[in-house]
Amino acid sequence: MAYADSAHGHEDHHNHTPGFFVRWFLSTNHKDIGTLYLVFSVIAALIGGGFSMWMRTELMHPGVSTMTLADGAPDGHLWNVVVTAHGLIMVFFVVMPALIGGFGNWIVPMMIGAPDMAFPRMNNISFWLLVPAFLLLLGSAVVGGGAGTGWTIYPPLSAAGPGGHANMAVDMAIFALHLAGASSILGAVNFITTIFNMRAPGMTLHRMPLFVWSMLVTAFLLLLAVPVLGGAITMLLTDRNFGTSFFSPAGGGDPILFQHLFWFFGHPEVYIMILPAFGIVSHVISTFSRKPVFGYLAMAYAMVAIGFVGFIVWAHHMYTVGLDVNTRAYFTAATMVIAVPTGVKIFSWIATMWGGSITFETPMLWAIGFIFLFTLGGVTGVVLANAGVDLSLHDTYYVVAHFHYVLSLGALFGIFCGMYYWLGKMSGRQYPEWAGKIHFWTTFIGVNVIFFPQHFLGLQGMPRRIIDYAPEFAGWNYVSSMGAFMTGLSSLFFIGMLIWTLAKGRRVGDNYWGEGATTLEWTVSSPPPFHTFEEQPTIKEEQAH
Amino acid sequence: MAIAKQAARQAAVWGVAAVAGLWTAVSSGAVWAAAGRPTNWGMGLQDAASPTAQAIHDLHNILLWVITLITLFVLGLLIYVVIRFNAKSNPTPSRTTHNTLIEVLWTGIPVLILVLLAIPSFKLLYFADSIEDADLTIKATGRQWYWVYEIPEQEYKGQKIGGFEFESRIKSPSELGPDDIRQLSVDVPLNLPVSAKIRVLITSSADGVLHNFAMPSLGLKLDAVPGRLNETWTLINPEYQGTRFFGQCSELCGKDHAYMPIEIRAVDDEKFLDWAAKSKAEYAEVADISVNLAAVSN
Repeated sequence: MAYADSAHGHEDHHNHTPGFFVRWFLSTNHKDIGTLYLVFSVIAALIGGGFSMWMRTELMHPGVSTMTLADGAPDGHLWNVVVTAHGLIMVFFVVMPALIGGFGNWIVPMMIGAPDMAFPRMNNISFWLLVPAFLLLLGSAVVGGGAGTGWTIYPPLSAAGPGGHANMAVDMAIFALHLAGASSILGAVNFITTIFNMRAPGMTLHRMPLFVWSMLVTAFLLLLAVPVLGGAITMLLTDRNFGTSFFSPAGGGDPILFQHLFWFFGHPEVYIMILPAFGIVSHVISTFSRKPVFGYLAMAYAMVAIGFVGFIVWAHHMYTVGLDVNTRAYFTAATMVIAVPTGVKIFSWIATMWGGSITFETPMLWAIGFIFLFTLGGVTGVVLANAGVDLSLHDTYYVVAHFHYVLSLGALFGIFCGMYYWLGKMSGRQYPEWAGKIHFWTTFIGVNVIFFPQHFLGLQGMPRRIIDYAPEFAGWNYVSSMGAFMTGLSSLFFIGMLIWTLAKGRRVGDNYWGEGATTLEWTVSSPPPFHTFEEQPTIKEEQAH
Repeated sequence: MAIAKQAARQAAVWGVAAVAGLWTAVSSGAVWAAAGRPTNWGMGLQDAASPTAQAIHDLHNILLWVITLITLFVLGLLIYVVIRFNAKSNPTPSRTTHNTLIEVLWTGIPVLILVLLAIPSFKLLYFADSIEDADLTIKATGRQWYWVYEIPEQEYKGQKIGGFEFESRIKSPSELGPDDIRQLSVDVPLNLPVSAKIRVLITSSADGVLHNFAMPSLGLKLDAVPGRLNETWTLINPEYQGTRFFGQCSELCGKDHAYMPIEIRAVDDEKFLDWAAKSKAEYAEVADISVNLAAVSN
């Protein structure tokens, strides 16, 4: 045992667990708030995933079958609303709450030997801001016909002028993002303070577990990027309601300015979604290879580098807006640079497995799946980084395939990886291994059947965000929809298994993964006591990270 | 052990074969793609009908090789590791956590690959950007939800042409002829001459939203932005004379975003001049009427 002095789920009389209402609605406990975030994320995922099932049903065949107006004509606006809601829900209400609010809250304090987060009450409001945010977002999908702007809410389409959105829907979406943004900023402040100030004695920054590193970098990205989004959507709000014209050319404004601001936030945002998954995968790979992480410092600083470079590549989302050719050349070069630290991470994970004694429990399957699929999504990113090639691929299904490979198959695989890894720790009950494996393989095959053919559709020129397509695109769309249904069934199977596990799963001990799992959360009981580390643990040696 | 190695080798061979087949399918446009339009079950880029599109094809083919090899390399490593270092084959894990040489290599080699890729990438980027000496200038304006094409007054092949504009809208299913494509064919296509350097100006109506003028086979894709005039260029290779090119609006623009396709017919100079003259007669007259109406209403 590396951490001999750590607290060990004892002294139960110290566990004054409050009553139901106080515990779950006025919570200041990082574990309970983490659980709230995870439950929230699962509920939001069902809604956001439901929207994707609807979209793939609509796209299964050419022609419009389900999204029609009363007279049977296609309802293109409804399609746009569903696309918008799917994107915003998945980004702000599924991936971020699960990885940052959920696993971050649960695991970071335990990994650094802290009794809780630095600001427990602020932690509580971070979560509870998310609930009205989500309700506003759902409202924005129904009020006044809904916001059909895409998750990027580009003006003039999102403005109140002709051809835009004159009703309240976009205002509600803006307020939803304001609240979700405030929630994220408060959470980021909390994580940074916690990680800088509350590490157990002996845990220097360079001995900190990689998941904590990933959360630290993520928190800085949130702190620097989200206020820019807040500014941009506030300017949009005043354009819409108070007569300013920041983004309206008729008043001397510029719609492209919004895109610059949005993507200055939006690009770091994609790393915000993937970095915590990097952290989780590092721990899982190390645990099941029974080996310390290879190249720990390079792994940590690769994340710092990815975070930094993530701030200076934003205009690669805007190659076709009419940017100067030299500007595009710069953003092409800067974007390609990201492949280097990402490559370091991929190879270091493989090197961690190299020489190991690997077993293939479900979390490890998700981690290996993550490495391969993230590589695939990463290399198509190198293709898209070229502003010249982007002339063919911009805004086609190739882009849809690319970002779903890194997010739907990257961030989501990271979430499932962490879920299976820590479920026993968080609940005290273990999932059935066979069920986890079925879930992995059906999802792995399903998501590849959805998204791999979308590369072909994109190369063939099919634009994204269209409700109907030429018969020439029918073949691969049908295949893609089949994959979606398979993935949908697999997800329902997961929900069922999750409920079964929480009710009847086999009880597990402190460290059910054995000697490979070396971080501090494995030194406390499963589930951990309400208050962990009442006796401060001491880190005595530089150990496996 | 030997069996594991053999299995690994077999898996590797099958993997390489499968991906090689896939690669051939994706890269050989000739088998799968048709000129100017998508093909059902098509896997690669549409045929390249302009120098820019050809350059995009060339760079994409290089990139496809590189990314395929990298992906296969990572997959191969993963398969090897899974077979060689699973708990049965390797019961005692090593404690190795550093190897400076290999870390320098896997940082340095990717940098080298990216620098090599950047050279053709920049060449393509600057080539596709704009031209100084256009033979012909056209302007496309995006509106909700159709395109307006303008041929400004200019001289082409010694003849004065242009000075007219016309609207181009999607054909409804009932209007489709036998050669038309649902969702892609329009009522009045834009005619363009082959072998001419064509300057393409793109904008959106002043009180409108963003659109994007995209024509995959010509390597064209540029946003239509209110208050901005974007410029690019194309040249349709002569062997595509008579081809109908199809593209679609590629920036979300509201409820009928899926219903504002772009259709270009490539013709020879004679036919183009003929079309321009006829169009001027037809559409300039319409324009005059609207001017008169405006005068009357004042």
